Amino acid sequence: MEHQQRPCLSLGPVYYLWDGPKWRDFYFRIADEAPVAHVVIGETVCSKREHFIEPHVADVVERLEAAGKQVVFSSLAMVTLERESQRVRALVRDSTHPVEVNDLAALGLIKGKPHSIGPLVNVYNAATARLLAGRGAVNICLPPELPMRSVREIASSMPDVSFEVFAFGRMPLAISARCAHARSKGLVKDNCQFICGEEPDGLPLRTLDRQSFLVLNGVQTMSHSCVALVGELDDLGAAGIARIRLSPQDCDMVAVAKLYQSVMEGRLGSEEAIDRLQAIYPAAPFSNGFYHQKEGAAWIAKGRTAGLGL
Amino acid sequence: MSLPPLLTAPLDLVPLPVIEYVARTLFANILKSHPDLFERLGDYSGKRYCFSPTDLPLDFIVIPGNKSLTVLRAGQPVADARISGPLVLLLALLEGRCDGDALFFSRDLSVSGDMEAMLALRNALDDSAIDLPENLGALAGPLAPLLNRAGCYVRQRALSGKVAAWN
Amino acid sequence: MELICPAGTPSAFREAVDAGADAVYCGFRDETNARNFPGLNFSRDELAQSIQYARKHGVQTFVALNTFMRAGDEALWYRAADDAVRLGADAVILADFGLMAYVAENHPEQRLHVSVQASASNRDAIQFLVEAFNAKRVVLPRILTTQDIARLTRQLSCEVEVFAFGGLCVMAEGRCSLSSYATGKSPNMNGVCSPASHVKYREDGEEMVSELGGYTINRFGAGEASGYPTLCKGRFEIDGAETYAFEDPVSLDIMDHLDQLRDAGVSALKIEGRQRGKAYVAEVVSILKKALSAEPAARPALISRLRLMSEGQRTTSGAFEKRWR
Repeated sequence: MEHQQRPCLSLGPVYYLWDGPKWRDFYFRIADEAPVAHVVIGETVCSKREHFIEPHVADVVERLEAAGKQVVFSSLAMVTLERESQRVRALVRDSTHPVEVNDLAALGLIKGKPHSIGPLVNVYNAATARLLAGRGAVNICLPPELPMRSVREIASSMPDVSFEVFAFGRMPLAISARCAHARSKGLVKDNCQFICGEEPDGLPLRTLDRQSFLVLNGVQTMSHSCVALVGELDDLGAAGIARIRLSPQDCDMVAVAKLYQSVMEGRLGSEEAIDRLQAIYPAAPFSNGFYHQKEGAAWIAKGRTAGLGL
Repeated sequence: MSLPPLLTAPLDLVPLPVIEYVARTLFANILKSHPDLFERLGDYSGKRYCFSPTDLPLDFIVIPGNKSLTVLRAGQPVADARISGPLVLLLALLEGRCDGDALFFSRDLSVSGDMEAMLALRNALDDSAIDLPENLGALAGPLAPLLNRAGCYVRQRALSGKVAAWN
Repeated sequence: MELICPAGTPSAFREAVDAGADAVYCGFRDETNARNFPGLNFSRDELAQSIQYARKHGVQTFVALNTFMRAGDEALWYRAADDAVRLGADAVILADFGLMAYVAENHPEQRLHVSVQASASNRDAIQFLVEAFNAKRVVLPRILTTQDIARLTRQLSCEVEVFAFGGLCVMAEGRCSLSSYATGKSPNMNGVCSPASHVKYREDGEEMVSELGGYTINRFGAGEASGYPTLCKGRFEIDGAETYAFEDPVSLDIMDHLDQLRDAGVSALKIEGRQRGKAYVAEVVSILKKALSAEPAARPALISRLRLMSEGQRTTSGAFEKRWR
């Protein structure tokens, strides 16, 4: 399958709690230096954190847009409180930017307005994607759990919709009404003292045999391993995927973006790219198991993919 | 919750073929009255299950699909899945009268090997409403007095409330 | 309020009907439902017979098709929906938008319930499902408090069903890939969480180690009650401390708030546990049935019986539900 257009890079929302200035400076640098076309911003994981970034949102948007980036606002992943419902309604009603939908509330409210679907909405098949597109979704970031077989199947059946794949970052695996992060420090969610801010790259959770396994990020549980779809970029392009998502970790994301860009332009081989990527983000091992229909934590080296018939 | 030595001691003296004969007759009886067991087991009916009562010096190897049952002196039998525990609990499991979630993975019983096969068996047994006393009652043979005694003992324990969980 | 009861096998189904269920929910023996465990669930024939049995006793049957259709394999789910409708299911319980759209379009008369797996946790989300798919009832996520439920129910134009008893998911249902991260089998696509195929128990000195997909989920000291290695119920190490990182004690608060829920307009109470045995189903259903019609003063005694059973899930004893006959 030939596609004239190469996928472009997008930057997902920062899932972690970073303090305001850190968050602002991160995006300033992205605006100035990173070869990403789309930038999704806004608190996604926990409504309690919103005030940390609010004072800086306008500046960040201005800087990103001045640099030619398309800015998208992320909606909350889980909405249970009345206050959270109000936030989502206000976002959908008032946003001057496209919204990325991460929960069913926003999905219902946004009907008819062009919008994006985030990776936290369950899109497992083309029938669902078609339904969402019919309601106004113009870009759909597929859940990290999908194997390439599903990605290809969905993308090929809807060539007019832009699909996006989660290609770098710790994977969001679960979300809870309770906060395991606060709990681990003897606190409860309602009086959490924003303790999750102490771990800007997630709080490692290991097994009793000291196997690295997951990280906690407030009410969200993420993989310890970091997805790195690098050797898979050609196949994703061939399958018609329009956007390659990089999910911010506490590392040099400009370097990550440049590296992915080099691979996509054919200037850097994927094996060397993985070595360099590991140097840029040494905190976690890489994984690509979901893509290859294995356990998500698995790493399938490139040479071995041919045998899997994918 | 173990069987008292008084009960198990004679088993050491009984020739294996005799025990095997009784167990096979009981097993055949059960399978005959519960054909639904196979359908529910599906692919797992070809698995080799080992039941090891910790209070009897014996292992029972069952392949449901072949309708085969073998009795061995306790040892390290070859099996896909093995469950060991007091005979009382194994019989309760056979009757589907215990709640697998709790008992199955408690320390009273220990399970090893293919957990999928084990779970399939547990669920199949739960559906099939085996009534052991009924099946036991249908048996006659050299071990009948022993079985009778075992049956009485189990009931007595159950009704005395000493095994609290049996209500 | 209706009592909605689980059945993993036809025997459990009959027990639930006999014990006083208003409706029984069950699934087909494949990946189309979220309790796709070996040896569990219903063939088409078994469902047909069970529905007949239920009808004879004035009981409804709900068929859970509450996993997400794997791209390329949608036919499995569509066929299951067609068959459930054909066999006379009183409702289908769905989670996948694509499948909801299929049922709404092809079987517009079929009553559609929204599964807890859809994770519809607020008014706008539920309103969306009512408008888009004509959903008649929503099963609320177990993450909501009684007050949340009461507030929400008053705002909705569809019926509300809530979990009253049974195991709790710590994570938002239908939005958890922890198990597939460790095993490659997806609760959402394959209908099985912490699959037995990836479970291993091993002895390590005095300790018993339970593993899922090669990850240690727990270690049990000599004599300590062991458990199935359900990932979110495991013990882990965080910053040097060994702890049950996700689990909170199972709560039965809802049972203490029966009147409040009824006043708020909750239509149905659901019992979790299609994977539990028929003895469990019979016991829980009959106690809850009594509790629903009991005077408030008589309720605590019944509820304490339930509590014992619930705690029994976690202890070694307390496993048998019926005596040797």
